[in-house]
Amino acid sequence: MARGKNRLRFSKLYTWAGCLRPQSPLERQQSMSVGGPGFSRVVFCNNSAKHLQKPYRYKSNYVSTTKYNVVTFLPKALFEQFRRVANMYFLLAAILALTPVSPYSAASLIAPLVFVVGVSMCKEALEDWRRFIQDNEINNRKVKIHVGEGKFEKREWKKVKVGDIVKVEKDSFFPADLLMLSSGFPDGVCYVETMNLDGETNLKLKKSLERTVELDEDHEFATFEGKVRCEDPNSSLYTFIGNLEYHEEVLPVGPQQILLRDSKLRNTPFIYGVVIFSGHETKVMQNATDPPSKRSRIERKMDKIIYLLFLVLLFISVVGSIAFAVRTKFNMPDWWYLRPRDTDMYYDPNQAFLSGLLHLITAMILYGYLIPISLYVSIEVVKVLQARFINNDIQMYYPETDQPARARTSNLNEELGQIDTILSDKTGTLTCNQMEFIKCSIAGTAYGRGVTEVERATARRLGKDPRVLGDASIVEEGERSLGGDGSDVEMRPMSAKPHVKGFNLKDERLQDGHWMDQPNAEEIRMFLRILAVCHTAIPEVDEATGTITYEAESPDEASFVVAARELGFEFLRRNQSSVIVKEPGPNRVPVEREYNILNLLEFNSTRKRMSVVVRDESGQILLMCKGADSIIYDRLGRNGKQYWNATKAHLAKYGDAGLRTLALSYRKLEESEYEQWNATFTKAKTTIGPDRDELLDKASDMVEKDLILVGATAVEDKLQKGVPECIDRLAQAGLKIWVLTGDKQETAINIGFACSLLRQGMHQIIVGLETPEMRAIEENGDKNQIAKAARESITLQLATGNHQINLDTDDDNPHALIIDGKSLMYALEDGLKHELLNLATQCASVICCRVSPKQKAMITRLVKEGTGKATLGIGDGANDVGMIQEADIGVGISGVEGMQAVMASDFSIAQFRFLERLLIVHGHWCYKRIALMIVYFFYKNITFGLTLFYYEAFTTFSGQTAYNDWYTSLFNVFFTSLPVIALGVFEQDVSSRVCLQFPALYQQGPRNMFFTWSRILGWMANGVYSSLVAFFFTTAAVEIEAYRKDGQLAGIEELGAAMYTCVVWVVNVQVAMALSYFTWIQHVFIWGSIALWYVFLVAYGAINPTQSTTAYKVFVETLVDSPMYWFITILIPVVCVLPYAVYQAYQRMFHPMDHHLIQEIHYLQKHITDPDMYKQERTKAVEKTHQGVSSRVRASLSMELTKQRFYGDGHLQSTGEKQDSMPRHVDNRLESPLINGSLDKTPRNNFSYKV
Amino acid sequence: MATTANAATTTPGSAIARNEVKPQSQKPIYTRFSQQEMHACKPLMTPARIVAVFMTVGVVFIPIGIATLLASTSVVELVDHYGHACLDNSAAQVNQSLRTREERISFIKNPSNPKNCTRTIRILKLMKQPIYMYYEITNFHQNHHRYVKSKSEPQLQGQQASPEQLKICAPEDSVGGQPVIPCGLVAWSFFNDTYSLALNNGTSVPVNKKGIAWKSDMDKVSSTVYASNFQNNNPSAYIGGGKLPVDSPLRDNEDLWVWMRPAALSKFRKLWGRIERDLYPGDELQVNIQNVYNCFSFNGQKKLVLSTTSWMGGKNNFVGTAYLTIGLLCVALAIGFFFMYYSHPRPLGNTKQFSWNNEKQVKQRGFQSTQPRTILR
Repeated sequence: MARGKNRLRFSKLYTWAGCLRPQSPLERQQSMSVGGPGFSRVVFCNNSAKHLQKPYRYKSNYVSTTKYNVVTFLPKALFEQFRRVANMYFLLAAILALTPVSPYSAASLIAPLVFVVGVSMCKEALEDWRRFIQDNEINNRKVKIHVGEGKFEKREWKKVKVGDIVKVEKDSFFPADLLMLSSGFPDGVCYVETMNLDGETNLKLKKSLERTVELDEDHEFATFEGKVRCEDPNSSLYTFIGNLEYHEEVLPVGPQQILLRDSKLRNTPFIYGVVIFSGHETKVMQNATDPPSKRSRIERKMDKIIYLLFLVLLFISVVGSIAFAVRTKFNMPDWWYLRPRDTDMYYDPNQAFLSGLLHLITAMILYGYLIPISLYVSIEVVKVLQARFINNDIQMYYPETDQPARARTSNLNEELGQIDTILSDKTGTLTCNQMEFIKCSIAGTAYGRGVTEVERATARRLGKDPRVLGDASIVEEGERSLGGDGSDVEMRPMSAKPHVKGFNLKDERLQDGHWMDQPNAEEIRMFLRILAVCHTAIPEVDEATGTITYEAESPDEASFVVAARELGFEFLRRNQSSVIVKEPGPNRVPVEREYNILNLLEFNSTRKRMSVVVRDESGQILLMCKGADSIIYDRLGRNGKQYWNATKAHLAKYGDAGLRTLALSYRKLEESEYEQWNATFTKAKTTIGPDRDELLDKASDMVEKDLILVGATAVEDKLQKGVPECIDRLAQAGLKIWVLTGDKQETAINIGFACSLLRQGMHQIIVGLETPEMRAIEENGDKNQIAKAARESITLQLATGNHQINLDTDDDNPHALIIDGKSLMYALEDGLKHELLNLATQCASVICCRVSPKQKAMITRLVKEGTGKATLGIGDGANDVGMIQEADIGVGISGVEGMQAVMASDFSIAQFRFLERLLIVHGHWCYKRIALMIVYFFYKNITFGLTLFYYEAFTTFSGQTAYNDWYTSLFNVFFTSLPVIALGVFEQDVSSRVCLQFPALYQQGPRNMFFTWSRILGWMANGVYSSLVAFFFTTAAVEIEAYRKDGQLAGIEELGAAMYTCVVWVVNVQVAMALSYFTWIQHVFIWGSIALWYVFLVAYGAINPTQSTTAYKVFVETLVDSPMYWFITILIPVVCVLPYAVYQAYQRMFHPMDHHLIQEIHYLQKHITDPDMYKQERTKAVEKTHQGVSSRVRASLSMELTKQRFYGDGHLQSTGEKQDSMPRHVDNRLESPLINGSLDKTPRNNFSYKV
Repeated sequence: MATTANAATTTPGSAIARNEVKPQSQKPIYTRFSQQEMHACKPLMTPARIVAVFMTVGVVFIPIGIATLLASTSVVELVDHYGHACLDNSAAQVNQSLRTREERISFIKNPSNPKNCTRTIRILKLMKQPIYMYYEITNFHQNHHRYVKSKSEPQLQGQQASPEQLKICAPEDSVGGQPVIPCGLVAWSFFNDTYSLALNNGTSVPVNKKGIAWKSDMDKVSSTVYASNFQNNNPSAYIGGGKLPVDSPLRDNEDLWVWMRPAALSKFRKLWGRIERDLYPGDELQVNIQNVYNCFSFNGQKKLVLSTTSWMGGKNNFVGTAYLTIGLLCVALAIGFFFMYYSHPRPLGNTKQFSWNNEKQVKQRGFQSTQPRTILR
């Protein structure tokens, strides 16, 4: 906006409650405390150099979210690593390996540990590096800083210091917490978008102190001086207490003057501000909590398994040590070849107890292989690779913003497959926060052939030709959106004009001036006039192109003005007292008309309407009013209800299609009547005191009556592409979707309808405190009384709700819970939250509106802890951070707004619809992979570890191993690691396509069918069995007799190498059997691992015997010639996998699981030869749900069927038109038994929203 | 036009991110690998294939079992428990009768007592050469950790081993500051019974003792290493097993290397030599034994074993039996599966078995919103 030319006093335009109100005594009192404890901060404005000295040395504006720095990395990261019990255990083992107690050489124990810890630390370092890069990007953003003599220069954010004067320009973020001095507007106001702080998209007005308003040119800061005394840094976003000492005056400063870091300057050319808090002392950073370290369910269970194995380890160690001590005491004195009289303490028969104790340590190290040292590192490697595949999934790439999906923390991949409840934000997540004027109803005629995303989805579900809905173009469109290309460019055959943002009304009856030929042209004219005049938007002319853009407080309002312009009523200018509109004159020639704005009756949540009183050029005074339909209805005059019934029917239809509707009306005022009323109104307006709002409301009520209904608008809160389908599939996969939004109840319910989370016929249980009784108590009651009454009311409502559901077991008409933030305040208290949860879990849909970021987090915790099931929080704004961090998995939408949500998230995707693929494909795979991988890991280590134990028993538990040290330490690293990694990274039970075709397969995860204790213990038992076979078969085979033709006998070397060979074969064959996805990679890894063992054996055996010790030439000289050796390497793997094979064969033959059957269908090509069957199964393969398009369609079909039964046949044929023309009862929901007394007041949800 | 939404698309942050840091597109690359669409195949386990697999395993295993069993039974093995008998025999020579273990121990420990005896082994079956001659000891823990590690590889390789390195040989590491070569308990407890064989007709049966040790074991030993300070040089020393000649290199003593390779279990055999002639049924082998090794302390037995070998090695029925058993089991499983499948055939990809078509399972799962009370704990 050009300065000077159009010096509009915004403060005059809006009568903002609160901000311009005289300071309350309370606030005044607060500012007295400045200087006291907690209020010690002193800031020298424009003199940041002073802050270089003590005691004013405040934190710099450099912000770091990294966990480590160069110095602290090593100690901190090491500490993190050794917090894992298993790592600590291995560290101890490695230390003990340096003593003679150890059965292994020190190197063979230390090397794997170093490797394992090293890999994990590298991963940590890499992740922290990425955070550092991100911090750097923010720290290096530029802002204009006053460098003296009235000059401003661009500097990096990190160089901003407390006391600096900064100039922030339009659409930039504030670099620190600022005290606003002045703005580009002469009255010192500015608009701030706090999306990143609280997720609210509407702009907030901030106002500088009257005294500093004049400081609005660069040069004035050459001499500016001031001193701020204020509170110390704290996390409260909405409070601030301080004084500005300026020109020897002490001016109180409140939150109204404070601009917070991470909020954004909007609709204001620039502001000047002085930095009060910088860097980590800013309020938003004070609010930031350390990201919680999340662990998946599987991993937590895995810890339990590790403890179990520790117990087993301890048990066998103790058994071994006791046996050893007994043997040493009683038998060893006879074993002269051990020189029992000359032994050291490790084998002293006279101190058998001590020897036994020492042996316990030895045994713990020896059997340490039961606990897989490489498990953590393997899992980590696997998860990083899984994450790479998620990042690389081209079907989760959004070309529009060039954003692929990102797994930001890789250790939760498998949790994606176990999600039970999705808690979703609304704005920016489900919707694009973009309003489009799509339909309207004028004088009882419905206009607009545009099709909403919801209608489209419904039509597709019904298999209906979407053309019936009115637009030929949507067929192609629909197909394209199914194809999943991200482009939002839509074909518009109706008009060659490019798509106008905010306007999507397609109707040849209205466009291009054709409306003037309509029979009800006059009403249309009035309708458009109201749209063009009754608003608070400000036009902004782009001087280069001459086009006008509108700055509106909310996007819906902008869409009205745009719609009016597109239909011929162009809002040109606004000045202090009037609105200039270019509208078609009598001869269809556009003329400019001026409407004198006499009064503006603003919107608020109780009024649910806004009005303007204008005088047109003919001198006629008009009141134009738009608002929620129920509100307008109450105020219609007797002659104003002409179109009511038709309009109401349209409104119901719009509401069900998920549109936001408003009714438009007007009335003519006589001059005298207006004068009279205006006096009352002006008096109310100038009143100072708490009654002001009430007086204003009353005054408005007086004039907003006897209205004449003109029509209604329908604005689509544009859902993101594919959201209804995605929700549908997620619902079919058995996921429950809750919406938690900061928006108003009406908006939230609208979106509920738009996303098919709600539908006609659902019993809505609305819990709220907006009852007249409550209001009465609130008005005069004290705090305790209010709280008590509220608590009682909520308790009652929840109880009634629960009761209601129990009575009502009708599946076709499920329940939906809608609860607002105020009620949640009480409902989330300890005593009530279980009631709430109980109610919520019984409802098909839950919508929480008006919730604060903290409540979002609390609800998330309630669901997470109350149900014990995995939750996923998805959101895009900073207000979702709490929820994202609290949920088991946080998903951030990497949209256009801020990065906080993404930064806090575990996964980030560009569009909500990618959630489907993330969960149903990647989640499903990752869950099964990790689950199988872990059980297999335990299996292989039990198989291996126990063979050590058995052999021990044969050496009187003296600590001798059958294997060479390096065989043992390389077992997990070389010979068995790659196949298990391949399993964890690549395994697929069914392809991604099938995952999506059969969403019900997802339920294998939430039901945790692959990581149950029976399964884990089964695999462990399999491991025990395999170890027994491997040991006893090998020893039996190469026992005392010659094991080869040349008469030689096997010693420890041969037995060890042979047994080890068998174990390597067994575990690798077992993994080959467990895998169902075999590419060349798996083949190379599995057979390569076995081959590697032979290569290793030969190579290691070829080196100097001092190093190779027992492995020296053991293969080439002794084993390779022995048929016995080869026979047992065939025999033992077969025997070991036999039970598994039988189990698998039995299961596959007689009790196949779903994915087995699908594999079979694909194997038989049945999905091609019998597509009908396949399609049928696909439709059946869904979880029963009441959310999503499909269930809506099902419900409406069954409704039709019921109707058919009533009216006879023939009604079903034209379902499409039926839906269109059938005047459905507006408040279907109202007929359902409702519990809340307040409902009479508030519920016509579809039809009211913020103006 | 509404600028609200418009302006939102160009936040400074994203602009920086796009223009300065990442100029190139972040679009993932399409490959079959990166999209996890690689060609994969694993033969689907259809009932026919299951039966076939088990059958195949059975059919392969049974002949192997039979062949190895046959090989094992073709081996002729003769075992003579001479330990106690031989000692009693020797004791009788000096008119002593040994009744208790203690008596036997003290008898064998006394170097002045006669220890030789002659045992007669009757050949019942034709034994084709080479016939391997083993001694077998039971209850001797050669695999005890203290024992196994009690030797020094560097020392045997001819290196100057430091006293530190020799610590593992304690207490047989040094005598009077001089290292014991070969050090350690393994060498110290060297088995020293000797056998000489003759047929009943008086012809001596030569026993070839060359090539009884693994070549690799001999390779580990330098030919320049001679026994030194070993028990025979110190009359006061505690004598364990056999003594070693000081004038021939240790490497040439194959018996030592056979002994030095520790046995895996406490009952073990060691190769003593080869008889390179056939023995016929009716032959009686006279074995003259120097029965000096003390097995009585640890309740061990000493045996002399003569055995031929087959292509599979010595007499061991285990592998053959195992193969045969598993082979038969697999055949049985194949037949079992076949009949189970035959009686309850299931068409492949039978859609009725989908969990969503299975009433019981659907019921079990229930409908989410009607079974919530279990959720609250």
